[in-house]
Amino acid sequence: MGEEEGLHQTQLLDTMFVRGLKRKCFDGEEDIEGTLAGFKAIPSYNLQRQSLLDMSLVKLQLCHMLVEPNLCRSVLIANTVRQIQEEMTQDGTWQMINTQSAGQTSLDRLVSTDILCRSSKEQAEGKLVPVYSTFTKDCEGTSQDNSEIMSTVTSPQVPKNLQSNMWEMENPQENRGSFQKSLDQIFETLENKSPNTVEDLFSEVDNSYYDLDTVLTGMMSNTKMGHCDLETFPSQTSTNSNSNCKSDLNELDHIVEILVES
Amino acid sequence: RLSISSDIISTVEFNHTGELLATGDKGGRVVIFQREPESKNEPYNQGEYNVYSTFQSHEPEFDYLKSLEIEEKINKIKWLPQQNAAHSLLSTNDKTIKLWKVTERDKRPEGYNLKDEEGKLKDLSTVTSLQVPVLKPMDLMVEVTPRRIFANGHTYHVNSISVNSDCETYMSADDLRINLWHLAITDRSFNIVDIKPANMEDLTEVITASEFHPHHCNLFVYSSSKGSLRLCDMRASALCDKHSKLFEEPEDPSNRSFFSEIISSVSDVKFSHSGRYMLTRDYLTVKVWDLNMETKPIETYQVHDYLRSKLCSLYENDCIFDKFECAWNGSDSVIMTGAYNNFFRMFDRNTKRDVTLEASRESSKPRAILKPRRVCVGGKRRKDDISVDSLDFTKKILHTAWHPTENIIAIAATNNLYIFQDKVNSEMH
Repeated sequence: MGEEEGLHQTQLLDTMFVRGLKRKCFDGEEDIEGTLAGFKAIPSYNLQRQSLLDMSLVKLQLCHMLVEPNLCRSVLIANTVRQIQEEMTQDGTWQMINTQSAGQTSLDRLVSTDILCRSSKEQAEGKLVPVYSTFTKDCEGTSQDNSEIMSTVTSPQVPKNLQSNMWEMENPQENRGSFQKSLDQIFETLENKSPNTVEDLFSEVDNSYYDLDTVLTGMMSNTKMGHCDLETFPSQTSTNSNSNCKSDLNELDHIVEILVES
Repeated sequence: RLSISSDIISTVEFNHTGELLATGDKGGRVVIFQREPESKNEPYNQGEYNVYSTFQSHEPEFDYLKSLEIEEKINKIKWLPQQNAAHSLLSTNDKTIKLWKVTERDKRPEGYNLKDEEGKLKDLSTVTSLQVPVLKPMDLMVEVTPRRIFANGHTYHVNSISVNSDCETYMSADDLRINLWHLAITDRSFNIVDIKPANMEDLTEVITASEFHPHHCNLFVYSSSKGSLRLCDMRASALCDKHSKLFEEPEDPSNRSFFSEIISSVSDVKFSHSGRYMLTRDYLTVKVWDLNMETKPIETYQVHDYLRSKLCSLYENDCIFDKFECAWNGSDSVIMTGAYNNFFRMFDRNTKRDVTLEASRESSKPRAILKPRRVCVGGKRRKDDISVDSLDFTKKILHTAWHPTENIIAIAATNNLYIFQDKVNSEMH
């Protein structure tokens, strides 16, 4: 896991996060290694906080999927993301990031910007994708329960879009690659098994089914149009309204139904 | 002395007399050790723990509805108080609790009339007289049989089980619910705590541990990921969502950070033997709470405060989510908990002295005395000190147990079990 590396890389972050929520503009203690000029402390703190936000969002998505993810861990990470979100909203840094995104010209940016330019009230209320809720498909749940879970997955995700922006900038290829791989696995499974051999499908469904879950979760939250060659899935519009998502969901629901033979 | 099992140990528990020690591992196996009886002939060799029985408790399962694996890892083992010649224990993985009966057989009947020594039926024409079968001694055989399987009680992952002092019921807790079972009834259980919100989006807190009071069969406590403890009285109502007492320490504003909540999450809670206090473990401290005071703990001990400045790194590598357990000694005067680098810590509540010890092969040679260790945080560094940056975070001591009456401790260090005994006296150092 490279824990030693991890420790060194995030030493900088450790310095920032030792002390309180409130950043101090010209506090020498907050400066990294005491070499940064005071005026750099503000963006530096924001950058570190953003980095923590990104890290948290990645953690929420990258759960060990063969086994049910640790609910406690997921809840704690989600709460951390919420805290950062709230602070960023209060700081007004949310607006700053909106401005930055609005300047981009690609289609992807337009999609994100549209979401980011919603009213600040909406943004403040913007709920997290409870990734863990997709895994708590209660046995006791009815179909209503299922649709409730599915719709929670689709609630517009400002921080996730933000995060996917970041990821986009840093690892566009990787992001595409892993998505593509997951989708490939699913399509392969669906192609090779006819509806008559559902039992075979069932017995071999392990990673594939799980990947569908990931993709569903990931897809709903990362409304990126250019990234996934989702030929069979209807393309997502920029409005990201619930009704649009619900029609997408119906398609996916259908596929899921086939897999669970419900 | 130590014994090596091939899998990561996931739980350690002494029985009520301390004669038996059970360990569960990630592969679903349970190994029971038994203490050799002391003999006056060899005063230095007695009291050793040797393997008594090994059995496969849980197997991996596949939940077809959710398309997820159910791990066979044993999360907890709890012994039942012994009521006859047999010993009984409960073992649980994420979903299913099992009751096992451990019996000994050291005699077997010989001299059957109808069967020969191998058990084959005799040719009746060869039987000319009748004999009474007699019991003859045989090599000790330990048999472990599953007596009850308590399945389908939990949607979420079971983190604790606790046997009630009434010896008839026990509880099992998962992330969001606590169930009460009768030991003889497997097809139903009572739900006594349910903190699942109507909308899972609103979930912000989970149950992390729970335990019955050692003497009052109506009282139990459960801890949460937000660092609170709730003491519940089952006489008050059927559903104990409303606590009788809420134990919570207000946050220290000077130490507030994005990680405050995570490090306040309680990973273990244990009642003292007296029943008067509770011991909790969160990421950086162990705290002693008086049942009569809800506003704050009466004692707080720093386990590894030098990690406070490393929280972001520990968040990144997930170590911040490690769940350490804690333990009382028999007289409730010393508390113990594990840390990283195979270190474990003991705090004497009376003298306020503490010690850091290491569970390693060097330290476990027979009759070797454990040498206190020290972590230096800069400044003066003594020989043999370990610096914070060279701590091995993969060597974590999550599971520890203390003999109910004597100074014998069991330490699980990944896949090794260490048993340390203090023969001379109970002085700390």
